[in-house]
Amino acid sequence: MLLIHCPYCDDTLPELEFAYAGEAHIARPADPSKLSDEEWRDFLFIRSNPRGLHAERWRHINGCGRFFNALRDTVSDRFLTTYPAGHPRPDVTKLEAAE
Amino acid sequence: MTHFSALSLLKNALTGNKNWTEQWPDAQPKKEYDVIIVGAGGHGLGAAYYLAKEHGITNVAVIEKGWLGGGNTGRNTTIIRSNYLYDESAKLYDHALDLWDNLSTELNYNVMFSKRGVMMLAHNVHDVQSFQRHIHSNRLNGVDNRWLNTAEAKAFCPPLNVSPDARYPVMGAALQMRAGTARHDAVAWGYARAAAKRGVDIIQNCPVISIRRGADGSVEGVETAKGFIRAKKVAVSAAGHTSVIMQTAGVKMPLESYPLQALVSEPIKPIFPCVVMSNTVHAYISQSDKGELVIGSGTDQYVSYSQRGGLPLIEHTVAAICEVFPIFNRMRMLRKWGGIVDVTPDRSAILGKTPVKGLYVNCGWGTGGFKATPGAAHLLAWTVAKDEPHKINAPFTLERFTTGRLIDEAAAAAVAH
Ligand SMILES: Cc1cc2nc3c(=O)[nH]c(=O)nc-3n(C[C@H](O)[C@H](O)[C@H](O)COP(=O)(O)OP(=O)(O)OC[C@H]3O[C@@H](n4cnc5c(N)ncnc54)[C@H](O)[C@@H]3O)c2cc1C
Ligand SMILES: [Zn+2]
Repeated sequence: MLLIHCPYCDDTLPELEFAYAGEAHIARPADPSKLSDEEWRDFLFIRSNPRGLHAERWRHINGCGRFFNALRDTVSDRFLTTYPAGHPRPDVTKLEAAE
Repeated sequence: MTHFSALSLLKNALTGNKNWTEQWPDAQPKKEYDVIIVGAGGHGLGAAYYLAKEHGITNVAVIEKGWLGGGNTGRNTTIIRSNYLYDESAKLYDHALDLWDNLSTELNYNVMFSKRGVMMLAHNVHDVQSFQRHIHSNRLNGVDNRWLNTAEAKAFCPPLNVSPDARYPVMGAALQMRAGTARHDAVAWGYARAAAKRGVDIIQNCPVISIRRGADGSVEGVETAKGFIRAKKVAVSAAGHTSVIMQTAGVKMPLESYPLQALVSEPIKPIFPCVVMSNTVHAYISQSDKGELVIGSGTDQYVSYSQRGGLPLIEHTVAAICEVFPIFNRMRMLRKWGGIVDVTPDRSAILGKTPVKGLYVNCGWGTGGFKATPGAAHLLAWTVAKDEPHKINAPFTLERFTTGRLIDEAAAAAVAH
C-alpha cells in the first residue's frame, strides 16, 4: 500500500485515505473556442504517461478533503515529494541534493 | 516441430516423452525484415501468424523485451465474451469470438476454449436497466446475450448468494452462453509455434528502445538492445508500454497505464460452473481447469509500471467475493500479481494506422483485450499487409480523439469492463 504525505495535514497516511485525480499541471485553456481540434485533443485526452517521474494530483478525500500534487516514480511507485495545489512542479535535482 | 495428434502423443508416451522437439526456435535478429512487430503478447504473435498465413508475408520478426506471453497475456483472468454495447464493439469482439471457435484446430494447439457462459450480475436498478439495454442492442447485432431473473441466475450458478437481504442483492443477470474462458499461455504458445513454423522470427529478451524514422518521416526500423533492425513496416502491440514506445516515433497517445491485479486460490474440486462478473462491486470469478478459483478486480487508481498494484484493491475484491459467494469465505488464496494495462479515455481499443508512414498500432485494450486476441491479431495483420484498415477495425482509429467520434464503452458500462 502506498503511504502518502498530505502537505496540508503534514502527516504520512495510508493510500486508503486518498483519491487519485490524474496528471497534474494541466491547465484548462483560457479560451477553448480558439483551440484547434488537435490542441483540444491534447488538453482532453493526451497524457504524458511516463515510465519514470510523474506529477499527479491526489485528494485527501478521507481527511482534510483538499487537492495537492505529488511527484512519484511510476516504476518503483516511490513518492519523491508532495506539494500544495497551485505550486509549480518542484525541481527534482534540488530535491535529490537535499536528501 | 512435431504435429500434435493422438498418434504423436502415444508415440512419445511410449518413448518416455524424451523425443519431443522444441516448439519454436530461439531466433536471433536478422538485419532486415519486411515487418517488425513490437511485443510478443497474444496480439503480436497472432498478428505475425496471420501475416504469414493470410497474407504470405513471412519475413517477419516479433520482438519481445522479456519472454513471450509474459505480459498481460500471461497475467489475465481469461474471460472471453462479446456482449458490448456499441455496434462497432459488438462487431469487433464477435469477430474475435468467431475465431476463438476454431482456434485449437487452426493452431494445432489446445487453447482450451471453454464456452461455459459468462453471467454478469445486476445488483441495482441501474445495472438492470443498463444490462437490458445491452441485451437489446446485442440482439439487434446478432450477438447472443439474454436476461436471467434471480432464480434463473441461481440455477445457473448454484454457489451464488441470492438472499434478498444480502449486502449485494442479485436482481437478475445478463448471460452470454457463447462466452467463457481459455488457457492464456496456450494462446501465446500456440500462435508462437504456428508463426515460427511459417518462418516468423520470435526474438525474446530484446527490448525495443526506439523507433527510427527516415528523412521523409517514414519508418526505417527499430533500435533494440541487440542493435538496429531495419523494416519499412513496424507494428507496435506492447499493451501498457505502447505510449512509451510510440513517443520515440513522435506520436502522442491517448493512453494511461494502470496496474490491474488478479489472484488465485488453492485448487479445489469442480464447484464453479461458469464465469461470474460483478462490475458494480468489481469482482470477477471463475474456476480454472486446474481447480483454482481465478479472481480479478478493477484497476488501481494511479498510473504505474510496477506490475504490482496495492493490497487495498485485493482486499476490496475479496470482500466482494465473500459477500456474493459466502461459500468461499474460508478459501485460502495462493498468489496475486499485476499486469500493466493501457487504458484509453473511451475504453475502446486503438487499432490502425498512425500519422507516421509505415507505423501501425494496436493498443488500448486495457482491462479486456484477452478476449479480443485472435480478432485483434487478425485485423492488425490485415491493416499492416494492406496498409489500410479492415472494415471491422476502421472505426477504432487514433484520429477519433481529434474528431470526437469516440466509441464510448466507458460511459456505456459506467465502470471498467
Ligand atoms: C490481471 C489482469 C486480468 C485481465 N483479465 C482479462 C480478462 O478476464 N479478459 C480479457 O479479455 N482481458 C483481460 N485482461 C486484459 C488482457 O490481458 C490484455 O488486454 C491482453 O492480454 C493484451 O494482449 P497484448 O498481446 O496486447 O499484450 P501483452 O500480452 O501485454 O503483450 C505486450 C508485450 O509487449 C512487450 N513489450 C513492452 N515493451 C516492450 C519493448 N520496449 N520492447 C519489446 N517488447 C516490449 C511486453 O513485455 C509484452 O510481452 C486482463 C489483464 C490483467 C493484467
Ligand atoms: Zn490532508
